Amino acid sequence: MTPARAAPAGLSPPPPSLGLALAGLSVGAAALLLIAIVGGAVRAGVSDPGLHGLASVVFYLCLAGGALTLWLGVRSLSLALESRSEVARGEILKARALAARARDSATIVFGLTAALLVGFFLVQLILFNDGRIQRTFLRWDLMTQSAADVALAFLVNIKLALIAQALVMVLGLFLAVARLTPGRAGAPVRFLAIAYIDLFRAIPAIIVLYLIGFGLPLTGLPFVNRVSSQWFAIIALTLTYSAYVAEIYRSGIDSIHPSQWSAARSLGFSFSQTLRYFILPQAVRIVIPPLLGAFIGLQKDTSLVNVIGTMDAFNQAKFYAAQNYNLSAVLVVAILFVIITIPQTRFVDWMLARSLEKRRQR
Amino acid sequence: MAFIEISGLRKVYGTHEVLKGIDLQVERHQVVSLIGASGSGKSTLLRCLNALEPINAGQISIDGDVVSGPGVDQNRLRRKVGMVFQAFNLFPHMSVEENIMAGPMRLLGETRDAARDQARTLLDRVQLGHRAEYYPDQLSGGQQQRVAIVRAIAMRPEALLLDEITSALDPELVAEVLSIVRNLAQDGMTMFLATHEMQFAREVSDMVVFLEQGTLLERGPPEQIFGDPREPRTRQFLKQIIEAGRL
Repeated sequence: MTPARAAPAGLSPPPPSLGLALAGLSVGAAALLLIAIVGGAVRAGVSDPGLHGLASVVFYLCLAGGALTLWLGVRSLSLALESRSEVARGEILKARALAARARDSATIVFGLTAALLVGFFLVQLILFNDGRIQRTFLRWDLMTQSAADVALAFLVNIKLALIAQALVMVLGLFLAVARLTPGRAGAPVRFLAIAYIDLFRAIPAIIVLYLIGFGLPLTGLPFVNRVSSQWFAIIALTLTYSAYVAEIYRSGIDSIHPSQWSAARSLGFSFSQTLRYFILPQAVRIVIPPLLGAFIGLQKDTSLVNVIGTMDAFNQAKFYAAQNYNLSAVLVVAILFVIITIPQTRFVDWMLARSLEKRRQR
Repeated sequence: MAFIEISGLRKVYGTHEVLKGIDLQVERHQVVSLIGASGSGKSTLLRCLNALEPINAGQISIDGDVVSGPGVDQNRLRRKVGMVFQAFNLFPHMSVEENIMAGPMRLLGETRDAARDQARTLLDRVQLGHRAEYYPDQLSGGQQQRVAIVRAIAMRPEALLLDEITSALDPELVAEVLSIVRNLAQDGMTMFLATHEMQFAREVSDMVVFLEQGTLLERGPPEQIFGDPREPRTRQFLKQIIEAGRL
C-alpha cells in the first residue's frame, strides 16, 4: 500500500478525490431520502384532487432528480476508486484524469442537490398542511376571475409609468446639468439642483404622493381642480424619481475622462457644446443599465397610487381580495409586474450587446 | 513683433509653481521643440498656450492679439491653435471621419459634405482613407494619433501644439506619426512640440527650448543645444538621454 513509490520519480500525485466522492455520494443519498420522506408525507396530506395530482408530479420529478444526484455520486466514487488503482499501477497521468472527473462529478452533485432541494421545498411550502398557502395566495379560480379587471386596471400603471418616465428623463438630465453649471454665476443654480436632489431622495415616494395627491386639492387653487388624481400621481413620481435619475446622469457624466473635455475644448467647442456633442452621448450609453433600474423602481412604485385613490391594478386587486378574503388577485398584480419588467431587462441587455457588436463588426 | 509672444508666464497649482516666468518668442512657420525632464513644465506650457489652463501671471499674445487674461474668447483662440495629446483623446462614440468633421461642421459652419470631403482628403494624406468609417478602438495607437492630428488640422489652425504625441506609442508606430509632423513642418505649420524624441527634435526644429523645473534654462538652434549646450544642467540631461540610447 505505498503506491507513491511505484510512480516514476518526478510526477506529482493526482488530486485527492476519494473523500470528495464519498461526500458527494452521501449528499446524493441523503437528498433522495429527504425528498422521499418529506414529499411523501406532504403529498399524503393534500386532499384536493387537482392539487394532489400536482403534488404527485412534483414528487416524482424530485425523486428522479434525487436519483440522478445519487447516480452521479456513485459514478464519482467509482472514478475515484479507478484513479486509485491506476496510481497503484504507476499510471499517474491516467489517475490524474480520472481523479479530475471524479471531483467534477462530486461537485456537480453538490450544486444539483442544492438547487433541487430549494425548488423542492418551495413547492412543499405551497402544498404542506393540505395546501394552506396555495389556497391563500394561489387560487386558480379567483386568479382567473379577477385577471381581466386587474389587467385592465394595470393599463393605468403602465400609463402612469410611461408618462412619468418620459418626464423623469428630461427633468433628471436638466438637474444633472444644472448641478454641473460652472463658475461663480452657476453657484446658485448648483445649490438649487443639489437641494432638490437631496430633498426628493430623502422623502419617501409614498409621502410625496400623499402630500401632492391630497394636499394640492385641499389648497383649492383654481387650476388644481381640473387635475385628475392620475396626474397628481405622475407629478409625485416624477418629482421623486428625477432626483435619483439626476444622480445617475451625473455619475455617467463624471465617468467620462477629463481628457475628452480637453480634446473638445482644444478644438474650440464651448462648455455646453462639449457637454452636448461629446460628453452626454457617451454618458448616456454608460447610464442605460442604472437608468433602467430606476425606471423599474418607478414602474413598481406606480402601485403606491392607491393611497390617493387612483384605480390601478393593486387597488383593483385589493377590492377582489377583500371581497373573497383571499390574496390570489393580488398575486396576479405581482405576476403582471414581473411580466412587464423582465422583457425590459432583456431588451436593454440585448441593446447593449448589439451596440457593442456593431462597433466590433467593421 | 513675433507671431507668438510669451512674457513672464507663471502657472501655480496650489503651492506648487509649475512655470516660473517663461519668456519666449516664436515666429510664424517656426517649429519649436520643448525638451526637459518629466515635470519640468512642458505640457503645462502647451496647455496654457491653448487656455486649457488659466495662467497666474504674465501674458501671451498671438498674431499681435493678447489671448491671456479675462474677457478673452477662448473658444476662438482654440480654433486658431490646435492641440494633439499624448493619449490621442479621440471621441470613442464617433467614427474616425465624424471625429474630424465635428469641428468644421459645428464651429466653422461647413456643410456635412464639405466637411466629409476635407476629412477624406486629409485622411488619404496620412494613409488612413480606408479607415474613415472605423471607430477609434478599432485602430492601432499610431493610427489613432494620426487621426488626432488630422482632427486638429481640419480646423485649419495657425499653430499646432503637440504634447508628447509619441510617448504612448509602441516604438514601431512612432515613425508613422513623426513623418506626418515632418510633412507639416515642411508645409510651414507653426508648431510647438513637447517631446522626448531628441533625434526628431534635432532634425525638425528651428528652435529647441530646454525647460528645467519651470524655468526656461536654455534655448537655441538644435545644433547648438544638442551639440554644444551652454548650461551644465542641459549637458547632464542630454547625457542621460544618450546613455538611455535615445539620441
